[in-house]
Amino acid sequence: MEERATFNEEFIKEKRRQDMRHQVLTFSMLIIFTLISFGMVMSDLNAMFVRMVIILFAVVQVGFQLYYFMHMNEKGHGMPSLLFYGGCFAGFLTVLGLVVLTWW
Amino acid sequence: MSTLAASNKRSFWSVVWDYITTVDHKKIGVLYLIAGGFFFLLGGLEALAIRWQLVKPMNDFVSAGFYNELITMHGTTMIFLAAMPLIFAFMNAVIPLQIGARDVAFPFLNSLGLWLFVFGGIMLNVGWFTGGAADAGWTAYTPLSTISPGEGMDYYVIGLQISGAGTLMAGINFLVTIINMRAPGMTYMRLPLFTWTSFVASALILFAFPALTVGLFLMMFDRMFDSAFFDPAMGGNSIIWQHLFWIFGHPEVYILILPIFGVFSEVVSTFSRKRLFGYSAMVFATVLIAFLGFMVWAHHMFTVGMGAAANAIFAVATMTIAVPTGIKIFNWLFTMWRGSIQITTPMLYALGFIPTFTIGGMTGVMLAAATADYQYHDSYFVIAHFHYVIIGGTVFGLLAATHYWWPRMFNRMLDERLGKITFWIFFVGFHLTFMIQHFLGLWGMPRRYWVYLPDQGLDLGNAISTAGAFLMAIAVLILLYNIIKTAIKGEPCGDDPWDGRTLEWAVPIPAPHYNFKQVPLVRGLDPLWVEKMDGRKEMTPSEPLDDIHMPNNTVLPFVMTIGFFIAGFGFIYQKYDNALNALIFVGMGIALGAMLVRSLKDDLGYHIPKKELEKEARK
Repeated sequence: MEERATFNEEFIKEKRRQDMRHQVLTFSMLIIFTLISFGMVMSDLNAMFVRMVIILFAVVQVGFQLYYFMHMNEKGHGMPSLLFYGGCFAGFLTVLGLVVLTWW
Repeated sequence: MSTLAASNKRSFWSVVWDYITTVDHKKIGVLYLIAGGFFFLLGGLEALAIRWQLVKPMNDFVSAGFYNELITMHGTTMIFLAAMPLIFAFMNAVIPLQIGARDVAFPFLNSLGLWLFVFGGIMLNVGWFTGGAADAGWTAYTPLSTISPGEGMDYYVIGLQISGAGTLMAGINFLVTIINMRAPGMTYMRLPLFTWTSFVASALILFAFPALTVGLFLMMFDRMFDSAFFDPAMGGNSIIWQHLFWIFGHPEVYILILPIFGVFSEVVSTFSRKRLFGYSAMVFATVLIAFLGFMVWAHHMFTVGMGAAANAIFAVATMTIAVPTGIKIFNWLFTMWRGSIQITTPMLYALGFIPTFTIGGMTGVMLAAATADYQYHDSYFVIAHFHYVIIGGTVFGLLAATHYWWPRMFNRMLDERLGKITFWIFFVGFHLTFMIQHFLGLWGMPRRYWVYLPDQGLDLGNAISTAGAFLMAIAVLILLYNIIKTAIKGEPCGDDPWDGRTLEWAVPIPAPHYNFKQVPLVRGLDPLWVEKMDGRKEMTPSEPLDDIHMPNNTVLPFVMTIGFFIAGFGFIYQKYDNALNALIFVGMGIALGAMLVRSLKDDLGYHIPKKELEKEARK
């Protein structure tokens, strides 16, 4: 019993340490992405290219936010993810429809 | 606390106060039923007026302008204020019981959703008394709706905005309830089909209604604050409204029909005394219909001029929906196959529904063929099609649900003989009204015209159609008589009158306000039937008897709604006089004040002590 308890404790500790490492890592990534974005806007790169990269960064940052800071990567978040992606799907279709059918 | 016993002693106003402040899902279900039933009768009267105007060529029963108001309000009332609230009535009355919960997840929100719908519906109808109701068609296409004079369309916009917010809340509430409040053992694949389909319909509400909200806000700004979202002369685009409306509007038709598929699944299974054939296929088909439902909205707009490629994509996507729907039809037939079928009133509606809905589905596939649609578009063929699916599907289903769950809600059986008479008159009347309209459409009768010329081959068909409409009205009157008769003379029906299969029949009738003294343990699909087959009379409890936590009644949702209602008038009339802006401030002040009270004042509910429950058990 005793041994098992310490093992469990160690496991939880290790897991927490890893979680913390992920959090810090993603947080620094977010800052780096933001710095790169600002840098690209200040430089003389092609405007279209800059826009595309910034949008890509934005998508990745939202993903980080949801999965690491809002814990969607943990178990028991199946239904929220399903509804979340369902909403994204409906929203995407709406925007696509309006762009393609009315403004193109 | 049992309503029936207690109401004998209580004064009328204390009962009214109880219902205004209630957060009990069963009472909210009754209120939805009353309000939805009222609007159903109102929409029915409008329908009769339409049919009477068309009974003979060049009739002058109503004026052209009033006819426009009638068709607009008939459509809007029936979809938003009758069909959906009646579905919510049964969702409220049944779903918490079916999943073994003591209430919905957000009882406060439940009450707020109800009152927003009621007052939104009243707001829509205020237009009748202020110089003309909405008159741009229930789809309110721009620019017709943005240039429509008077306040009718303003009432449409504000009324739908308020009641739409209520619907959105109700949808979210049921999503959370079904995800979080299921009894132990009630896995997703053991949910009764009515719960499953309502769950999917709630997800559709969550994703579809925002499009309507946005569209209505844009229209509100265009009409009341001189913006130009839909005005091409000012750089706007009037087609955006059609897209926004149908991005909402197409999922809306599945919101109307999916829970009804659930009702029929329950009814067919109960009265064939068999478990539902192909349960998992039914669930899969439901989800697939919902998924596809978001990719087909532009089939309402084939003639707008989107181009051949867009039309082809939406045509094919639309036809795909026939596949999961077909799966469902065959599953119902196979459930009945070799079952021990009892022809009760709900079962009659189910039997009438299957061929009727199949006809409506077939004309749907015809309309989905984009090239052919150029011929059918805006003709009576379209009218016939959507009445076959909405009446043949949704209304038949609501009537079946009324007869099936009436004993669950009111402790009375509706008279079976009168119920069957109602069915046959309604069924014959319905087909008489709408079958001929397919042909009227193909013979060239356009929809929304208030008169037609004599001797163009349309006279007889329209007369037949009107006769059918009055038969349907007679059927509804018989139903009302049935309800009143059984309310006065009927005997209490006691528990489980249909020998049911699902959990709602395991709860005593009338239900205690906490539903389950001990939350039951679910051991399979059709949990009550599983216990019955094992020789038990009731569910095995999943927990020891303990204190029960229940929410407090509150009047705040009602107050909030009154606030929004007053503010609505302010928004409509501020264009005449700046002083009327005061109404907006007063109304929003009341609503926001009520929200503030709700946020700052802790309302933790109350406990029913274990001792009281034990005492009740001994009685």
